[in-house]
Amino acid sequence: MADMLELTAVEAHEAMAAGELDAGEYAEAWSKAAAGDDLNAYLWRNEDGDGGAIAVDRPSIAPIAVKDIFCTEGVPTTAGSRILDGYRPPYTATAVQRLIEAGAPILGKTNMDEFAMGSSNENSAYGPVLNPWDRTRVPGGSSGGSAAVVGGGLAPWAIGTDTGGSIRQPAALCGIVGLKPTYGAISRYGMIAFASSLDQCGPLTRDVRDAALLLAILQGADPCDSTSVGLRQAPQLPDREDLKGLRFAVPSDLTEHVFDAGVRQVFEATLEKIEALGGELGEVSLPHAEHGISAYYVIAPAEASSNLARYDGVRYGMRAGADGDLIQMYEKTRAEGFGAEVKRRIMLGTYALSSGYYDAYYGQAQKVRTKIAADFRTAFEEFDFVVTPTSPSVAFGLGEKTADPLAMYLNDFFTVPMSLAGIPAISIPAGLSEPEGGGPRLPVGFQIAAPAFAEQGLLDASYALEQAIGFDARPQGVRGG
Amino acid sequence: MAELEAVIGLEIHVQLATRTKMFCGCELSFGDEPNVHTCPVCLAHPGVLPVTNEQAIRYALQIAAALECEVAPRSIFHRKNYFYPDSPKAYQISQYDVPLASNGRLGDVRIHRAHLEEDAAKTIHVGDSGRIHGSSASLVDFNRGGTPLVEIVTEPDLRSAAEAASWARLLRETVRQLGVSDVNMEEGSLRVDGNISVRPAGSEELGTKTELKNMNSFRFLERGIEAELARQRELVEAGGTVAQETLHFNPSDASLTPLRSKEEAHDYRYFPEPDLVSLVPTEEMLREARESLPELPAARIERYRKQMGLAEDTAALLATDPATAAYFEQTAKEAGKGVEPRVVANWVTGELAAALRQDGGDAGAAESKVEPAALAALVAMVQEKKISNSSGKAVLATLVAEGGDPAAIVDREGLAQISDSGELESIVAAAIEANPDAAEQVRAGNRKAIGAIVGFVMKQTKGRADGGEINRLIEAQLDARAG
Repeated sequence: MADMLELTAVEAHEAMAAGELDAGEYAEAWSKAAAGDDLNAYLWRNEDGDGGAIAVDRPSIAPIAVKDIFCTEGVPTTAGSRILDGYRPPYTATAVQRLIEAGAPILGKTNMDEFAMGSSNENSAYGPVLNPWDRTRVPGGSSGGSAAVVGGGLAPWAIGTDTGGSIRQPAALCGIVGLKPTYGAISRYGMIAFASSLDQCGPLTRDVRDAALLLAILQGADPCDSTSVGLRQAPQLPDREDLKGLRFAVPSDLTEHVFDAGVRQVFEATLEKIEALGGELGEVSLPHAEHGISAYYVIAPAEASSNLARYDGVRYGMRAGADGDLIQMYEKTRAEGFGAEVKRRIMLGTYALSSGYYDAYYGQAQKVRTKIAADFRTAFEEFDFVVTPTSPSVAFGLGEKTADPLAMYLNDFFTVPMSLAGIPAISIPAGLSEPEGGGPRLPVGFQIAAPAFAEQGLLDASYALEQAIGFDARPQGVRGG
Repeated sequence: MAELEAVIGLEIHVQLATRTKMFCGCELSFGDEPNVHTCPVCLAHPGVLPVTNEQAIRYALQIAAALECEVAPRSIFHRKNYFYPDSPKAYQISQYDVPLASNGRLGDVRIHRAHLEEDAAKTIHVGDSGRIHGSSASLVDFNRGGTPLVEIVTEPDLRSAAEAASWARLLRETVRQLGVSDVNMEEGSLRVDGNISVRPAGSEELGTKTELKNMNSFRFLERGIEAELARQRELVEAGGTVAQETLHFNPSDASLTPLRSKEEAHDYRYFPEPDLVSLVPTEEMLREARESLPELPAARIERYRKQMGLAEDTAALLATDPATAAYFEQTAKEAGKGVEPRVVANWVTGELAAALRQDGGDAGAAESKVEPAALAALVAMVQEKKISNSSGKAVLATLVAEGGDPAAIVDREGLAQISDSGELESIVAAAIEANPDAAEQVRAGNRKAIGAIVGFVMKQTKGRADGGEINRLIEAQLDARAG
């Protein structure tokens, strides 16, 4: 049995297709593994039959964990918020529907920062997720549950969402692969909105080939999402072995801000591997990228303030203050239903959109966004990829940054510019590093960004680099680790 | 103080008669059981996304073409944010700074803009206040929520309540004839709000305006604007100033109550709707909208005036309703070249309309028993003096009641005009004999007294003589005798 769980999703898929692996037994084994969740990573597991179930006609691909931000018909969907406590959507998100149609049994719904707002998973109304590498540390966020189940051996793969780094950063902190595709590659229908112009669904997997397979299942235009276009060609499994002829740019404006020595060391070692594989390295200037965080923390809260206005206790979810009039009910429901970070962002966003402040905040932030996108376009005239560390540090301790929202926001420093530009970016595990202050060594992620819709090239190069890095560390207790 | 001039602009919401809602696949309905035409999208469940209704865009483009608007090559949707249970997303998807259409005209009124948006749901607040505050319960029916709307905003080009009501009627007819809306004010598929201000006549500056709502018929529209103008005039003439506010018209007592106080003034926090792409109409869509336009009332009025020489009000009476217009044009055609369209027009709007009213029915000319060919023949007979004007009216009354052929009615009733002047002369002579007093008075210069003699002749001829001819003969005979 333990052997089965060693297989990557692609290997399992191939074994099932060859008749060497029984899909039902394989799904059952993973179901058992998921039941051993001691990371608070699952909010709901299909097996429990607790409040509905998600059925798959003929399992034919690896079972999957789904971030609890995706609506699943008849099955609890909370987005990590108390305000959606007890909510069972009347419909299923397109991305999940595609998984079901592809024959992927749904293992469960994973914990997350409330409405995807957070970088540590500590903003969940249902308690923090623990990092499988060190249970005193955070798994990153907001897709912390999805990253932890894959890194912690509780699921072969998972889907999450990335608005400013919410797939890539937890993937880096949990030692797995996380891909944020080009904006529009995967339907957002049924994905509970945080910041509509930035939110994008993507894979969290053990390796790059699994990410390619999952992207192939998920991607495609959806008539229910006007902003979805899909990829021009379905991604193929990568098998590239070198990086010859490919040009990698290091954006010095960003990387000069890497203060964590361990992270810097792994990053530089990875650059050397790129050269060893025949890739060319160069420096590029992304002069506006360092303002990404500022722009992001105006645009995302602005959109969120509007997206989250529908949670009023009238039609679904939690309701408080029903003994008062309608206004009192609105106020009480939202006061009790939302957590502190969500409230903070709703207020930030409401302020940024207010008459008289719009131009100075939202308008200005959109201009910065346009300039960042232009910076990347210029860089891609000369280079195939832009590379950075995924996160400024390895996984930090639970509670370490909760009192300082700005320090928390800086976790997204390297990932936000790509989100603002709408381009694809992947984080692959590049090595281990001792955290500042000491302790067991923890994974460090390496981020590669590519031009819009260049997912195939991104996956090919990432695969080659992944093979060269040969990252095979795993948390203690996971698959013999 | 100079006389105060009324300055009125209108904001019209037209519900489009598409099969489905603006951003989801739910069917449109009116009067159905509450909350049966809903889905996750129009109930604003988490995670849903809007998808624009293509038919709504096509209908809006037809309205834009009918109003001679410029169509934006790329327009965008915004979110208009506000908390209210009629708006499940807590924002309305509407167009803001880049509307679909702008700079148009209908008749003499300039169109500022026309844009697409979605309708709100229907709310009922249970309790004494009838308002959201202090209500014991609020009920929401989401059937209407998400119905496609085109909002049309005019420039402040109207100068009286009557003008505003009459222009609104023209707009309704225009939209009705496009076939893109039911335009029913009672059912709310056409809603007209007024922006109203006054200023000293001759001034170019605009006064402070108020917004007037809830005028759900053309009569109430006129009365509401009238009432608000009266209020503003009284206020300004007494040295006061008009406060900018929204007023609710109560038709039962013509009272105006402020709808929103300044304290509740909304900041809608508009921003571009990130869930939708820009609205870029294709060449084909634009061409189809232009080519689908029937001849519309305003164009028809213009043609009747310029090509047929009709007066403006007569042209408007005939051209507004397409059935009446078709009736008039058919009648004019049947009457042939000998009869000017102007004469036919006067018969349709004058004698025929009066006869139909007399008959008590509410049928218009087109639905009446009077065939265009019959009316044409009748008008020609009168024009050629084959029958007198008064006989013509009598025949028309018969046509209205029974239909049929006017020539046959003339024969049957013996109404053919007396064309033998010898016969008429002798009747006139007899009439003068029979009315010596009247004859004496006419000779003495009292022209009015001639009426008694004319009446006598008419009675004798049963109206078959031409009134002008009778007058001429009486005068000639009295002069001859005097001489």
